[in-house]
Amino acid sequence: MQDDMQFASTENPALATYTPAVRQQLFQFVLQLADTSLILGHRLSEWCGHGPILEQDLAMANIALDLLGETRSLYQYAAQLEGQGRTEDDLAYLRSATEYRNPLLVEQPNGDFADTVVRQFLFDNFHYHFLKQLLTNADERLAAIAEKSLKEATYHLKWSSEWIIRLGDGTDESRRRVEKSITELWRFSGELTTPTALEKSLQAMGLIPEYEDVQASMTAHAERVLTEATLAIPQQIFMLTGGKDGRHTEHLGYILTELQYMQRTFPGLTW
Amino acid sequence: MVAPAPPAEAHIWQLLEEVTDPEVPVLSILDLGIVRAVRVEGEQITVTITPTYSGCPAMNTIATDIRLRLLAEGYTKLIINNQLSPAWTTDWMTKAGREKLEAYGIAPPIDGTASGHVLNLFGKETAVRCPLCKSEHTHLVSQFGSTACKALYQCDDCREPFDYFKCHS
Ligand SMILES: [Zn+2]
Repeated sequence: MQDDMQFASTENPALATYTPAVRQQLFQFVLQLADTSLILGHRLSEWCGHGPILEQDLAMANIALDLLGETRSLYQYAAQLEGQGRTEDDLAYLRSATEYRNPLLVEQPNGDFADTVVRQFLFDNFHYHFLKQLLTNADERLAAIAEKSLKEATYHLKWSSEWIIRLGDGTDESRRRVEKSITELWRFSGELTTPTALEKSLQAMGLIPEYEDVQASMTAHAERVLTEATLAIPQQIFMLTGGKDGRHTEHLGYILTELQYMQRTFPGLTW
Repeated sequence: MVAPAPPAEAHIWQLLEEVTDPEVPVLSILDLGIVRAVRVEGEQITVTITPTYSGCPAMNTIATDIRLRLLAEGYTKLIINNQLSPAWTTDWMTKAGREKLEAYGIAPPIDGTASGHVLNLFGKETAVRCPLCKSEHTHLVSQFGSTACKALYQCDDCREPFDYFKCHS
């Protein structure tokens, strides 16, 4: 990811005011956001050339690209926060699975198109409402990244919401499949808004939004979409967590094996 | 060789007019509205640009092209800044840029029609004029087109599919 650009140094005057401890926490959190977008973007890119129809193949590739763009802004910022000379490439390519901080949802396999749509819907619903809060509730650089990504996340959520409705209110087969996907994947949605110790600490400092408001907006949107789709919202689900603390499902290792292959095989390789 | 005279800002803007979008070569980066600032301090020239879409792969090429264009005029102390906020909007695309786009076969963005509102599911889509036969009878095929900034439409009269430069505001 060689770059001919640098970020305007005026973009984050707050950076100098953070104590080393705050800076370290913010670094960990920005890394978590970057990992999340990277892993989901990678998953979506696996559809490239395999989409059910050309237009949706393109849609998923486009969404993957948006997420990758967000990922780069986040890793660049993380590298700056860490201040140890690591680059965005080091952070993406040279950390192990246990060092990755993405929630479990985004590493789940693509499955069939319904699985991918449900995974995307659960993530987009969080992403969109989270970014909206991040705009007003964060450190300046994170707010700038959120402002940029929110415009894109809006298209993503519209896309996945409409597909939930098409599949739910579509044919017997599409309905059967999307119901199965909801049963399998809903249990990963709770982690998105369950704050970790790190997140609680940053929330207490007002650097990142509280998740209650995010969750309320998510629930309202999910109810609207699933009702329109004639689908039931799962109730009383036991939610699986751990990814944000580095405890992952087996799937992440396989993703990283492919994603990091070049840098692991030819260390220091550049374009 | 004599070093070039201290650059006038206006000259830098003139040179930037010659740098084009690698994906839509009829558009200059000024037409596109992505150059936010040019600053000249002695020999140091800082050009600030803002990305259209986060993942747009053209941004690196554009930054390199700016560098090469200015280097070719003898300006060597260059900084190309990438500024995220305020986020780029299609409102910044010039009128000339819009006309060039349509002549090139891409429907230009229609201001105030960002159709990404998440509550507007299956809502009425923007009426986009076919850049080929100018018919208004067109329909959206996909919100995601050949690049991150475009949606795919089809004309109901001449039947041609075409790109629409999405409104982004
Ligand atoms: Zn036509």
